[in-house]
Amino acid sequence: MTGLSLRDVTLRVADKYLLGPLSLDVAPGAVATIMGPSGSGKSSLLAYLCGTLDPAFAASGQATLDGVALAGLAPEKRRIGILFQDDLLFPHLSVAGNLAFAVPANAPDRQRRVDVALAEAELDGYGERDPATLSGGQRARVSLMRALLAEPRAILLDEPFSKLDAGLRDKMREFVFAHIRARQIPCLMVTHDEADAAAAGGYIMRL
Amino acid sequence: MLRLAPVATLLVFLAPIVAGLLSTALPAFGWFPALGGREFGFGIFARLFAQPGLGTSIALTLLTGILATALSLALALAFCAAAYGTNAFARAQRFLAPLLATPHAALAIGFAFLIAPSGWIARVISPELTGWTRPPDIATVQDPLGLAFVAGLMLKETPYLLLTLTAAIGQADLARSLATARMLGYGKFTAWAKVAIPRLYPQIRLPVYAVLAFALSNVDVALILAPTNPPTLSVMIVRWISDPHLDLFMPAAAAGLLQFALVVASIGAWRLGEIAIAHAARDWLTNGERGGEGRLRNASARAALTLLFALAIAALAALAMWSVAQSWRFPDALPDRWTSAHWLREMPSLAAPATTTLLVALSATAIALMLSVLCLENEVRSGKRASKALALLYAPLLIPQVSFLIGVQTLLVRLNLDGGFAALVWAHLLFVLPYVFLALADPWRALDPRYTRIASCLGASPWRVLFAVKIPLLLRPLSVAAAVGFAVSAALYLPTLFAGGGRWTSLTTEAVTLASGGDRRVLGVYAFAQAALPLIVYAAALAVPAILFRNRKGMA
Repeated sequence: MTGLSLRDVTLRVADKYLLGPLSLDVAPGAVATIMGPSGSGKSSLLAYLCGTLDPAFAASGQATLDGVALAGLAPEKRRIGILFQDDLLFPHLSVAGNLAFAVPANAPDRQRRVDVALAEAELDGYGERDPATLSGGQRARVSLMRALLAEPRAILLDEPFSKLDAGLRDKMREFVFAHIRARQIPCLMVTHDEADAAAAGGYIMRL
Repeated sequence: MLRLAPVATLLVFLAPIVAGLLSTALPAFGWFPALGGREFGFGIFARLFAQPGLGTSIALTLLTGILATALSLALALAFCAAAYGTNAFARAQRFLAPLLATPHAALAIGFAFLIAPSGWIARVISPELTGWTRPPDIATVQDPLGLAFVAGLMLKETPYLLLTLTAAIGQADLARSLATARMLGYGKFTAWAKVAIPRLYPQIRLPVYAVLAFALSNVDVALILAPTNPPTLSVMIVRWISDPHLDLFMPAAAAGLLQFALVVASIGAWRLGEIAIAHAARDWLTNGERGGEGRLRNASARAALTLLFALAIAALAALAMWSVAQSWRFPDALPDRWTSAHWLREMPSLAAPATTTLLVALSATAIALMLSVLCLENEVRSGKRASKALALLYAPLLIPQVSFLIGVQTLLVRLNLDGGFAALVWAHLLFVLPYVFLALADPWRALDPRYTRIASCLGASPWRVLFAVKIPLLLRPLSVAAAVGFAVSAALYLPTLFAGGGRWTSLTTEAVTLASGGDRRVLGVYAFAQAALPLIVYAAALAVPAILFRNRKGMA
């Protein structure tokens, strides 16, 4: 069975119930949206899937990706990409450096992959630039490209558009969802913006 | 492996300190077979208390130590009250780092050059104001009350407390509380005293105790500025230990325990004083007294700090001046002829202690950085805040150096490790590590954890995340921590003396030794070199990240 699958996932913090039990299947190429107010544990759910959940939390239930249980896998072995509302480009690396960081070390054509990603982000020739000199929209595109270059088998979006200017948001949604569909990977988004969910056009779960 | 980092760090640390204290205690209570001591008892203490001048020495130690701490703390707090939020506060910040990087001994020597009867200050104001054409016969350095010593300690401890206060201010959300108090009609000074100090003091308590312990037990500043007959207790102990006859070795060990007891009792008394003041101030905090503008208080606090900083800078200038003065007659304000001859002449003999200083400081700093990074990394990965045990890292700053170094020295001799480079580096590490850890911990914990999560999700292993993401992102605080560690090591006197077994001399031990002699020109060369080395390292530490990341605005 392919895609991302959650079965009765429940999160607790200090014996206090936080979220779940939650069951959900996201097929390759589909975008599922979880909507909920802040403090509802949305971000913690994504951290749980990434394997970076704070040890103060306790999780039960099961999550699988392409039929493989995620529990016990180190974050870097899960091949799950994540995007936050901040682009979180590494400020010490150039734009190309940020992209190259994500390309698997043994890939034969690392440089070409970086160039292709730059082109797809409409940032040809920006490789050596300092990320701090890019516009918000440019940085967001680099951030998505960086996540995709790591060849993730699923991608998680944590309020990904909430910090962008209103005018940029629609373009960026289109850009992100198009790339995710093109790669045929499952995507799980958490947000409190109805417009995000509508643009995703997939299953919507409300907490 | 990583989980062992805090345990290993503490072992490197505490085991030797405890062993050192125990091995100081054995001879103090009569057990030291090498000198014929085979009976436990209080005989050695009886001999100690029969030593002439001991009572005066204890009184001098307590008086100067407590006075220097109280005055440094009062000045640091008063300056914050008077200047927080003004340009003067920001300007003072810029002086802190260089002042803190300057070794105690160099500042003390420069200060003596300033205030001696034939010092720079007397020269500047003579003969016009004083009528002196020859240096007057008054004791301004090593005065019987130890006031020069107190002032010399304040030159370093006030900036240190100001720095810890600044860090504490950054953590508490004080600006809004202070603004609220001002809106309620409280004067600047009173608002600070009633709103800020009660919240800040608990955060700077440990540094205050460290200052107190240092002021009560330091040796190098006391050798230069404190009275000599009798000297402070720590100096007396070092004198007895250095005595080739070893008659007084066992009483010296007993005095080491006495020194320890003095520090413990003083910290206890200080704590009681805190409680008493807090109790007495309870009503005052809420009695509604607004305290007016307090212009005079503000102005005097600022003036006092300005004077202190000016004295410190003038002290360094005096060192530089003497090191290049060919002839400088009293009461001329400046030398009438300048020369590089002293530097050229001393260069060959300067090379060895300078190399030792550099190598020991670099080694101790490198190890301290590694241990600190591993401990902090373990803390982040395990998701647990460092166990309370890591607070024990501060033990070497609260226990008088001389008390456990006596024991450490005898242990090193027994293990045949004394005088080795490793023993020397390790002795320095004891004091370097706490400061490096302190400098690094807050920035490390404050790094946005999402960078780590993103990097992991991109497939980077924890070690790759550490080396490719965290260390570069934290290069600036790492560099600053390295500079702090270097400065701490370069300034250490007693650990070099005791663990070096007389085989290693550093710029600090040389400068302190020369300070008892007479030649200001040679002393100026050594003390200035001693001060310059950590300052150069500090400048380099700031330059490295600035150059590496000159094209990265996000790293500013």
